[in-house]
Amino acid sequence: MKLPIYMDNHATTPMDPRVLDVMLPYLREDFGNAASRNHVFGWKAEAAVKKARQQVAELIGATDQEIVFTSGATESDNLAIKGVVEYYKSKGDHIITLKTEHKAILDTCKRLERVRQERLDELKLLRLGQLAGRDVSPEEVAELAAKHDLDNDETYKKWAELPTGGARVTYLDVEKDGRVNLEKLEEAMTPKTVLVSIMFANNEIGVVQPLAEIGALCRKKGVLFHCDAVQGIGKVPFDVEAMKVDLASITSHKMYGPKGIGALYVRRKPRVRIAPIIDGGGHERGMRSGTLNVAAIVGFGHAAQLAREELADEAARILRLREKLRKGLTDALDMTIINGSMEHRLPGNLNISFAHAEGESLMMGIKDVAVSSGSACTSASLEPSYVLRALGVDEELAHSSIRFGLGRFTTEEEVDYVVQLVVDKVRKLRDMSPLYEMAKEGIDLKSIEWTAH
Amino acid sequence: MAYSDKVIDHYENPRNVGTMDKEDPNVGTGLVGAPACGDVMRLQLKISDDGLIEDARFKTFGCGSAIASSSLVTEWVKGKTVDQAMTISNKDVARELALPPVKIHCSVLAEDAIKAAIEDFKKKRAARKAQAS
Repeated sequence: MKLPIYMDNHATTPMDPRVLDVMLPYLREDFGNAASRNHVFGWKAEAAVKKARQQVAELIGATDQEIVFTSGATESDNLAIKGVVEYYKSKGDHIITLKTEHKAILDTCKRLERVRQERLDELKLLRLGQLAGRDVSPEEVAELAAKHDLDNDETYKKWAELPTGGARVTYLDVEKDGRVNLEKLEEAMTPKTVLVSIMFANNEIGVVQPLAEIGALCRKKGVLFHCDAVQGIGKVPFDVEAMKVDLASITSHKMYGPKGIGALYVRRKPRVRIAPIIDGGGHERGMRSGTLNVAAIVGFGHAAQLAREELADEAARILRLREKLRKGLTDALDMTIINGSMEHRLPGNLNISFAHAEGESLMMGIKDVAVSSGSACTSASLEPSYVLRALGVDEELAHSSIRFGLGRFTTEEEVDYVVQLVVDKVRKLRDMSPLYEMAKEGIDLKSIEWTAH
Repeated sequence: MAYSDKVIDHYENPRNVGTMDKEDPNVGTGLVGAPACGDVMRLQLKISDDGLIEDARFKTFGCGSAIASSSLVTEWVKGKTVDQAMTISNKDVARELALPPVKIHCSVLAEDAIKAAIEDFKKKRAARKAQAS
């Protein structure tokens, strides 16, 4: 067994050597531009891209014409959300998403909210200028808006309903197990709702959302359904038809392919339209311009094929290892809590809180094992994970969480080693922890008046 | 985060971990921080009647810097008088351990823990005196 051990497969996965092998010719002799139509170099590249497009499409039950290559899932998420908001702005401007989504979704939504707010501020200024019969400065807006009662001004109200280029966003809470509440999702939908964006599997807690139910609801309501499917694809079955997904973000480096290449699935029937966010040579049917990264696309395609062929066996093997890890840790240690649903969960994910042992110092103690802390406690704000907070996980427990991500190359020997190491270190930290001592004495930690910092 | 060798040494070989009898009139206990913030430090000092710190013990829930900060101050306060210990500042701790800026908080906790432990001891002594008189 080699140290350090990699157990952070949610962050990225190592490239499968078989993937690298198929990529190499496209970095050497077959280096052509897939858009070159007039010579054999271009044709070879184009054929390789076509094959890869087919391989990616097959993994998700799509057709090759529905795959748009991008630089990765962050770009795919941006393209899906901004592209839909822009294209369908005359229909509506409301988006629904979850508080536990990846930052690529949440930050994109926040930007669209800012765009809308800025546009409304401009309109307010313009309308107040009309009413006052003179130029109005931004500083005067609050005072004049109250005086002219803009909330009941018919003209301003009409203007405010015009497309702004931005969006209003509903960030839905999740249930304690990390899953969406379908009734709350339906309640949040308005006639102005154009898009629901809900992830497949969560990157921190591995919880898998009920996509088929969400898809059916969206279809019934005439709302587009985008799914950031990065963490789940290739690990658990995903089918755009069965799940009625209209747009799906995928990335290669979470399925043992190269980094810097991803795709957006864009449904053809019924047709989904998006406005591009990158303009140029009109590649990818005008939805994403830019010379195709042929070697990476070839690798992505092959990674997708391997994932499809090996999914069932691999999921079973990884699940067995994950359960060994879970059992090993929870049998040896008291006061452990698994965060998120155990039933609806990626086979390779274990997000676990070791009460009264702090996560960052635990990671320091197991530095030969690459894991991730559930809490982003290295930040200046010392804020614990927003995903765990959204689940209602106690702040202390959020500070005591570790995310293990098992993958294709995780071995049984590694799991055994990690169990032993983590158990030893948690015990050592708890021996040093005043909280563990107090809890053992039966003192209710909630009853103590802590000095907050 | 890259920690200094001193932080790693204190983390791996913490000095003076343990618990003293809270009820002992010569023991001052300082408990600072909050579980929700991810850092709780408990420092206990055994102080002689003439104000000399004879022994120190700590227990800490927190990151490597918090553990190192508390371990370091237990070494520093031993053999000092209460007044000398009161002059130990978080800056001394941060400098000695070369803490990165986001971890300065841990050294502040260590300074607060010393002050809280000494205050607890003084309170106990005042209560004893009041009882005796």
